[in-house]
Amino acid sequence: MGLSVKNVKRVFSINQNDLEVLKDINLEIRDGEIISIVGGSGCGKSTLLKLIAGLDRPTGGEIRLDDKPIVKPDPQNIGMIFQEARLFPWSTVEKNIEFGMTDKLSKEEKAERVKEHIELVGLTGFEKALPAQLSGGMKQRVSIARGLINRPRLLLLDEPFGALDAFTKMNLQQEVLRIWEREHMTLILVTHDIDEAIYLGDRVVVMSPKPGVVKKIFSVELSRERDRTSADFAAYRRKVFDEFFERKEVDTDYSI
Amino acid sequence: MSTKKENALVRAQTIVGAAIIPVFVIGYWVVCSKKGILNTTILTSPEQLVARFLKMFSDGSLWKNIFSSTRRVLEGFTIGAFLGLVIGSLVGLFKPIRILLSAVISILRPIPPISMIPFFILWLGIGEESKLTIIAIGSFWSVLLNTIQGFQDTDPNLVEVADVFGKSKAVILFKIVLPSAIPSVFTGLRLGMSHAWTAVVTAEMIAASSGVGYMIQYARELSQPDLLLLGIVCIGIIGLIIDTVVMFIQKKVVYWRTIE
Ligand SMILES: Nc1ncnc2c1ncn2[C@@H]1O[C@H](COP(=O)(O)OP(=O)(O)OP(=O)(O)O)[C@@H](O)[C@H]1O
Ligand SMILES: [Mg+2]
Repeated sequence: MGLSVKNVKRVFSINQNDLEVLKDINLEIRDGEIISIVGGSGCGKSTLLKLIAGLDRPTGGEIRLDDKPIVKPDPQNIGMIFQEARLFPWSTVEKNIEFGMTDKLSKEEKAERVKEHIELVGLTGFEKALPAQLSGGMKQRVSIARGLINRPRLLLLDEPFGALDAFTKMNLQQEVLRIWEREHMTLILVTHDIDEAIYLGDRVVVMSPKPGVVKKIFSVELSRERDRTSADFAAYRRKVFDEFFERKEVDTDYSI
Repeated sequence: MSTKKENALVRAQTIVGAAIIPVFVIGYWVVCSKKGILNTTILTSPEQLVARFLKMFSDGSLWKNIFSSTRRVLEGFTIGAFLGLVIGSLVGLFKPIRILLSAVISILRPIPPISMIPFFILWLGIGEESKLTIIAIGSFWSVLLNTIQGFQDTDPNLVEVADVFGKSKAVILFKIVLPSAIPSVFTGLRLGMSHAWTAVVTAEMIAASSGVGYMIQYARELSQPDLLLLGIVCIGIIGLIIDTVVMFIQKKVVYWRTIE
């Protein structure tokens, strides 16, 4: 059971040139696990998430959830929070969040659930606001609420906290952990922030670009009450950083 | 965020700024007329214009002409905009129809509707039909082209969101594609309305027995510069009123684009 990514490859052709964006990606993810994916810009992280979400099909290899191949989006099981907020400019905060609900519920239950999630992301008072009236970070919080509201078994998060200030970011990381402790869904979190990757992840997957491959996977053997200032945490940070620096040295051949 | 007071100040500045040139031109005209250096056989004096206005206002002939033109505009615009919306939506939504009509649209579009007036008079006679047809064509193109454009304004990223949540094609159409098209459709309606107004004046100048265009044509034939100028002023003011009304409706319908 769980998510299995086997020999996944994705090639895009741009003006007749083939661009190998993902090559031989292999991941076995257990139910309820939190996986952080870090890697430089353009190494195919969003592409990988889209493949897992069923929005795109791999050029080679296979992705299975509970042993069934993923061939199309599966809203009952898989949810996604995109890198950009992607809100409907003509819909209020409430309506945008409600869009993420696919369960058949009564009007009252729906309203209750929306209200709960607006509180969760700290947007009480902005229920009727339109996206144009929100700051970038607020928009992203709406998008997070929309992704959480369906309570999917597998939630894909593409740099969801990238646009947020440090405090809101830590709050929401905390909230996501709290929801995870209650629901034990599987989380796959793409991030640029190594601290965040270690703070949240059971494992940290380091990817490197051209073509995008899994370079290294770290298991984070820390208890869930993680302290970002502890020595153990710093040791993991060191390890992941080293992985990046090594990549940079190799890369100097190609630098512009 | 600006306060109400600041908003009012900005608005006052805008109004005053916009009024400078018109006030100057009218002032210059009044002064020239007072000094007697105005050739009143070509350009009427302010007194004559006001007198003509009051006379036509009280005997109802001004209203009769304005009413004829406005009715034609509304009728012709309704036909043209309806066809533009329907055909534009079909072209925007269905690729086979887009391919089928692309050549026809490209060939017909550059033809100025005014150049077709003789045709329509030949086919439909000199009555209302030919005038309504010209007005309908005048508004049809901008509605059509902007509607087609509107259906291309859908953000694929938003469709992807709907896909992730497993939404149906109908939900995507009504909750994403249509709202995305609305701003452009409205631009088309606004342009269409102003083209309809241009077309009605032209059509009436060529063949009509009422309307603002007829008024101008009649004034030219009888060499009445005051009537001529009154007609032109009417066209400007009615055009402005129509545009203001459409813009007001646009702000209400496309509410998400008008947030300060
Ligand atoms: N639909 C597409 N067609 C062609 N090329 C694509 C497409 N989607 C992504 N790519 C290419 O794939 C590469 C990886 O893109 P991707 O968005 O997955 O990167 P990323 O790791 O998410 O980067 P970032 O951290 O900046 O978001 C890029 O070089 C991009 O140009
Ligand atoms: Mg990305």
